[in-house]
Amino acid sequence: MVNAVPVSEPSARAPLLQAIAMTKRYGTFAANDSIDLDLYAGEIHALLGENGAGKSTLVKTMYGLIQPTSGELRWMGEKLELTGPSDARSQGIAMVFQHFSLFDNLTVAENVALGLDGVESFAAMSARLAQVSRDYGLPLDPNREVWRLSVGERQRIEIVRALMQNPKLLILDEPTAVLTPQEADQLFTVLFRLKSEGRALLYISHKLDEVKRLCDTATILRGGKKISTCDPRKETAASLARMMVGAEIGEVKATGARATTIPRLLIQDLSLTPDDPHGVHLKNISIEVKGGEILGIAGVAGNGQDELFAALSGERLAPREGNIVIDSNAAGGLSVTARRKLGAAFVPEERLGHGTAPRMKLSENALLTGHAASHMVKHGFVDKPKTLETVDKTTKTFDVRKAKRDPEAVSLSGGNLQKFIVGREILREPGVLVVSQPTWGVDAGAAAVIRQALLDLSSRGSAVLVISQDLDELAEIADRIAVMFHGHLSPPVAAHEATREKLGLLMGGASAEADAREASHAIGA
Amino acid sequence: MGLLEAIIISVIAASTPLLLAAAGELVVERSGVLNLGTEGMMIMGAACGFAGCWLTGSTFIGALCGIAAGCALSLVFAALTLGLAVNQVAAGLALTILGVGLSGLIGAGFVGEKITPAPHLYLPVLTGLPFIGKILFGQDGFVYFSVALVIGIWWFLYRTRAGLVLRAVGDSHTSAHALGYPVLKIRLLAVLFGGGCAGLGGAFLPLAYTPFFIPGMTAGRGWIALALVVFSSWMPGRLAAGAYLFGAVTIMQLHAQAFGLGIPSQLMTALPYLATVIVLVLISRARGSAGSVAPASLGIVFVPDR
Amino acid sequence: MQLVLEKRVERSTKIAILSPLLAIALTLVTMSILFAILGKNPVMALYVYFVEPLTDSFTLMEIAVKATPLVMIAVGLSLCYLANVWNIGAEGQFIMGAVCGSYLAVVTNGTDPGPWVLPAMLVMGAAGGALWAMIPALCKVRYGANEILTSLMLVYVADLIMDYLVRGPWRDPKGMNFPTTASFDPVATVPTLFETGRIHWGALAALIVVALATVMLGRTIKGFEIRVVGAAPRAARFAGFNSKKLVVFTFAVSGALAGLAGIIEVAGPVGVLQPGISPGYGFTAIIVAFLGRLNPVGILIAGLFLALTFIGGEGAQISMKIPLDLTKVFQGILLFYVLACDSLILYRIRLIASPKKAAHGTA
Repeated sequence: MVNAVPVSEPSARAPLLQAIAMTKRYGTFAANDSIDLDLYAGEIHALLGENGAGKSTLVKTMYGLIQPTSGELRWMGEKLELTGPSDARSQGIAMVFQHFSLFDNLTVAENVALGLDGVESFAAMSARLAQVSRDYGLPLDPNREVWRLSVGERQRIEIVRALMQNPKLLILDEPTAVLTPQEADQLFTVLFRLKSEGRALLYISHKLDEVKRLCDTATILRGGKKISTCDPRKETAASLARMMVGAEIGEVKATGARATTIPRLLIQDLSLTPDDPHGVHLKNISIEVKGGEILGIAGVAGNGQDELFAALSGERLAPREGNIVIDSNAAGGLSVTARRKLGAAFVPEERLGHGTAPRMKLSENALLTGHAASHMVKHGFVDKPKTLETVDKTTKTFDVRKAKRDPEAVSLSGGNLQKFIVGREILREPGVLVVSQPTWGVDAGAAAVIRQALLDLSSRGSAVLVISQDLDELAEIADRIAVMFHGHLSPPVAAHEATREKLGLLMGGASAEADAREASHAIGA
Repeated sequence: MGLLEAIIISVIAASTPLLLAAAGELVVERSGVLNLGTEGMMIMGAACGFAGCWLTGSTFIGALCGIAAGCALSLVFAALTLGLAVNQVAAGLALTILGVGLSGLIGAGFVGEKITPAPHLYLPVLTGLPFIGKILFGQDGFVYFSVALVIGIWWFLYRTRAGLVLRAVGDSHTSAHALGYPVLKIRLLAVLFGGGCAGLGGAFLPLAYTPFFIPGMTAGRGWIALALVVFSSWMPGRLAAGAYLFGAVTIMQLHAQAFGLGIPSQLMTALPYLATVIVLVLISRARGSAGSVAPASLGIVFVPDR
Repeated sequence: MQLVLEKRVERSTKIAILSPLLAIALTLVTMSILFAILGKNPVMALYVYFVEPLTDSFTLMEIAVKATPLVMIAVGLSLCYLANVWNIGAEGQFIMGAVCGSYLAVVTNGTDPGPWVLPAMLVMGAAGGALWAMIPALCKVRYGANEILTSLMLVYVADLIMDYLVRGPWRDPKGMNFPTTASFDPVATVPTLFETGRIHWGALAALIVVALATVMLGRTIKGFEIRVVGAAPRAARFAGFNSKKLVVFTFAVSGALAGLAGIIEVAGPVGVLQPGISPGYGFTAIIVAFLGRLNPVGILIAGLFLALTFIGGEGAQISMKIPLDLTKVFQGILLFYVLACDSLILYRIRLIASPKKAAHGTA
């Protein structure tokens, strides 16, 4: 079964999967433009590129989810036509999705069964699930519903499900984006073992140090085109980045010495039960953010960051007024609008549907947060020219690229929309800015603009709180870093003392109080 | 026949159309589609079912006509919501408006006509048993079919792989699509099944409940069936319990009217509708903090990218 | 070959204008086929339905009379639907408005109380409709009960309440046992605009409602709030808008408008409270709201168009023996086509070659 070597010896160096001139067009836009790629057994092949470079489209084509406009796949030398994912699975191609393809209200075993093609009985499948998960050291409780599991455990389901197909080729889409450094190390151990078993792995990432450490070959995509195939171990991180971005990205720098002043945002002993039954309890969170300072909050997704953001923005009210203090005003019971009037501003993680109304124009989306604390509304009437003015100013200051003056939010690229959302808030010169995942899914150019803007804002005396999963980002801009785990917030560490290992341990809950959730997760083998 | 026995038999009869329509809708909603057109499909089922039976003299063919009418209307709904990604609430309302109109048109010629009601199936000896005899072994085919239907749906949802796939599609259509399941096709089948059940539930009314057709004879039963699905928390067993409970309310108010307790008859007639509102409030309140148990993708439009 | 939908980058404004026209055209084609099936000459039938009523000043005024309640109700419903609040019980709110307003007309009947009666009736009508709408609204915001089902159930209840009143306590003692109140006194009647015809001041009220709604939706922060809550609820919460308060607000406004339409209808063209005061205005108004693209001016045009179908349908029944139910069929088909054509605003339809094999997976 699993122990069997699935592929014959990679002797003649004939590629296992060959993609030839793969092209996928949507209307006039080419997501993939004539991409060639060779994957070999016993090799980890990295697919590198920025957001929007075409990585996901390419791998979805290889998994049969997307039909290419033109181009050809060859599997062990033979032409391969995929009409759907089960075709790909039957050939021995498996995939671990970035946005997991799981069903929250079904059990682990049911989720696994749905990812296989149902030739064996549920009992036989369950037995095999137990064996594979034991073999690879990926423990899972088959009877738990998925929504009860942490992000890391959910990824484990995806991986075990893929392994149970005994794949010859395993595609992994940004698997470490949601893991702690230690969890990532455990994953690498599994990946090395799969490689040694003679399987081919296609590994999508934009974390260059990871790729250098893990991969034998790397193919770099940019703007839907293949830029190069190289040996990442012989490249520097800088040279890889150049190929990905196509230009030098300037370092972000704090301008001048940032003098920290009085605390402008205070969270005092904030505890909150979630209103969503799948949510996380916030437990006794206390921290202060001074003017002129950027405080980073690290942590794996789903440990209470969303709940904390909602409590800070006022989308959820705190139990006591004093739980949240904005510029010396007790704000725990104030609405979003009232907090904005106190000079606070917020940037949520989700750009479309939370930060903006996707099908509304940018001017209307300027009004969305601007109606509270600017002069866009007089006697209940909207001053339309004022809203357009905000759009124009943001466009100019933050270099937002768009097709016309006032398009719908959804028509902008991720990076440009994020620049608009951050810019919309920063132009109001907020005294306190809370921002969640500021550069998530954003191209490097836009990310640099946004990080620079955050640094500049703090050096003008504002207090900035950044919630981010990206440790590199926090290392770049934060002065102090605290870690969220299971609704607890660790005491902050000065950024220069916060090593990856230290933060990683905190992200895994090392020094947090043991809580019931942890205990209930112990898995019997 | 004792009074209690008679009451139970009439409760079962009053519950059957609700149970048939609600069971179909439960499957539809489990696949993630909200079809509010149940009332329209039921009344079309009633009109076409009566027409079929009147023309051929066969209850069975009448029932088939009712099913076909429900399926046909649900196909229109599917074309809109699955094919053209139209808002499911609006399309469901349109279906009801269309169904009410069409049934009036088709049924106009049959108003005042009579047919032989569906035969009751009597078994020697067993039907003669005291009390339970008539209740268990003296019903018409619709009643037995509705019970079998609910059991069948339970078995399908929780004991078959196809049922697992259906539940998965209702939980997350994006995940199901990513794994290669044909989300829209599965939903199409579910919607057609729901349409057939609603049509049959409607056909029960003129074929077995009252042996004639009157326009608007479903009188909101389609909407009550929708409320029953909410009440059931999308579980077949609770659905059956709810349907019989509602049947009991309907019969209770009829008997109360017959006794003439001095309560205005309109108030008694309003009872099932008021009960629906109250039950919806109670069930929603009870769930309150526990969150919704509805299928997670319910009512959300899905357009696959390819 | 296979039809697939492709999301447009931006909504198409051209199609947003064309879509109702395309829907009407498709409906007319379908109706022609239906006429042919019924053995009627399609050209004749369409003429009787859609052109003949426009050639006569009496029927033109009748169209305005029928359009008045449709437009008033539909404007209120459009606020709900824009906010993603599904009030489908306007028929019940219409009836309760009529009932509450009629109370004054009934108790003052024959006493000549003075000119305050009609304004007071209008206020009570609007209040009655709004209060009836508060039941589903509060059930939703307090307990999370689905407003679609509760608002609809209350239509049946409202109908039965009215039935009880006109057969019981409010029945006209001189009415030969017919279920109806006594005819309203002139002081309790909405005056007509002209010497002849039944067109009344309510028609002007409907125009004012359209104007106010246009300003509110297009220019005010409240209108923006309604649109954001409907289009992107999470973004609306982030903007600081309270969706629960908005549920109550939209239900109250739409209930008040439906109630006002109800009392204007009984105190205007009908003149008594009796069963059958509404040929389903509350439901037809749903179609009017969508055909008008949830835009007040669009609703005015759509209301006139659907009023035309009511009048044309009556004409066709008299002159061509076409069943009256066909008008309802027509309205249902129209709503379908409107929804289908609206889909083209957000999506482009493409024909693609089918994959070579059937799609995979089991159903």
